[in-house]
Amino acid sequence: MDKRTTEREAVQEIRDGMTIGIGGWGSRRKPMSIVREILRSSVKDLTVVTYGGPDVGLLCNAGKIKRLVYGFVSLDSIPLEPHFRKARQAGAIAAAELDEGMLQWGLLAASHKLPFLPTRAGLGSDVLEINPNIKLVRSPYDDGEMLVAMPALELDIAFIHMNRGDVRGNGQYLGPDPYFDELYCRAAKRRFMSVEKILTTAEMANQGPLQSRIINRTMIDGVIEAPGGAHFTECPPDYGRDEAFQKAYAATAKDEDAWLDFKKTYLDLENEAEYQRAVRNA
Amino acid sequence: MSDATRGEICAVAAAEAFRGNGEILASCFGIAPAIGARLAKATFEPDLLMTDGVCTVVDEPNPVSGPGHDQIVEAWLPFRTIFDHLWNGNRHVIMAASQIDRFGNQNFACIGEHAKPKAQLLGMRGAPGNTISHRTSYWVPNQTRKVFVDTVDVVSGVGYDRASRLDEATARGHDLHRVISNLAVYDFETPDHSMRLRSLHPGVTIDVVVENTAFELVIEDDIPETRLPTAEELQLIREKIDPEGLLRREVSN
Repeated sequence: MDKRTTEREAVQEIRDGMTIGIGGWGSRRKPMSIVREILRSSVKDLTVVTYGGPDVGLLCNAGKIKRLVYGFVSLDSIPLEPHFRKARQAGAIAAAELDEGMLQWGLLAASHKLPFLPTRAGLGSDVLEINPNIKLVRSPYDDGEMLVAMPALELDIAFIHMNRGDVRGNGQYLGPDPYFDELYCRAAKRRFMSVEKILTTAEMANQGPLQSRIINRTMIDGVIEAPGGAHFTECPPDYGRDEAFQKAYAATAKDEDAWLDFKKTYLDLENEAEYQRAVRNA
Repeated sequence: MSDATRGEICAVAAAEAFRGNGEILASCFGIAPAIGARLAKATFEPDLLMTDGVCTVVDEPNPVSGPGHDQIVEAWLPFRTIFDHLWNGNRHVIMAASQIDRFGNQNFACIGEHAKPKAQLLGMRGAPGNTISHRTSYWVPNQTRKVFVDTVDVVSGVGYDRASRLDEATARGHDLHRVISNLAVYDFETPDHSMRLRSLHPGVTIDVVVENTAFELVIEDDIPETRLPTAEELQLIREKIDPEGLLRREVSN
């Protein structure tokens, strides 16, 4: 089956109030071309589950997020995402802040179709105050230990970005870290994967070791070819982070005129091709 | 007479925090702890395991400013295995603390109400799981009453009073070791695990420490001085670990 599609078609599946998961980590291999398409859409009131980076800052700024489920929101070289900081300090989003490991556990529970997974992470901390929906469970064994029952983080739609893929939805990462991308896919009802380059299945074998082939086609409903799609986050070995661009983006959090200028130049555009052209011309 | 800077004394105190740890993963927030861990590994704790800050375990850690030479990769430790590693307990992390109280409850999530904070900070990150699973120390580059507080606004890292209310099995991994500030070194080696002044950095008085602490510290008689770096340690810091002098930006003299 040929699963090729576009950012626009994928984003048209999002309904107001849905829960979406966004792969990658911080400012690393984020499906940014899809995030930019969400910014162009009229969708609102999203619950976003992610190890957050500029995807979160941009979606916060556009008023798309109602509730954020996260452990941190960072640009890596800039430890705190400044647009996310602004949204939090304005009380603009409901913040379901978790321990980073609890987030993994919630995605793993959803991907296994379990109601929850037990963990000690969170016990004694204010994570449980901030998230009153999270309950405890007693071990049924002799130890009888009270543990956090991290609830499954079920997603309506997951978006991930890979280095390579084929039209059937097999995906391959070529960088140093797979992050949690398979978990988002298995936790979601619908799954879209953007890739730097679509190859034939046979060609993918020449790109990297067997262990790089972490996404198989049962995990994916749509494949989007998006060269530069993770910009300005890093997507090694195809490209590193565009630090100059990221720095300029971060600076707009403190300067309304600069933000309007950034928005006009890079976001108020018809499509991803225009964005990539604007970046090349910058 | 040593010409060591305050920052270098803090880095050596961070190295001392890892003494005796053996073969565990050493992780750090901040420049002085990152220097300290490298220093410990280069001298008295050669078996420490350290990552490049991303996902590879490297035999000879890079300078704190970033990769500076060809590294020999010992192992692969991507983010999704980090929690396997740390919940297993085989780690000592030195984390930052924007606020810390007398029982070692730590906050770097936000200042003010969590629903609408006055200042959003890093977030919970891994602090709840870290503090319940393995040894944790803290680094405070600028100790004031706004950092050493009576009550933290949000508990991200779990302190001893809260840990004592958990099941014994839950709390067995809880182990707050040291708090290192620009003024002194602290521990929790008291009957109720409240914070104790362990050593004063050279030139710092007890009065200065008390002025910059909003809670009651345990202060015993005859507080020793934090040890000075050796000539070898100074050479390692200045020539190999921090040739760019990033430490000077974190701790003023």
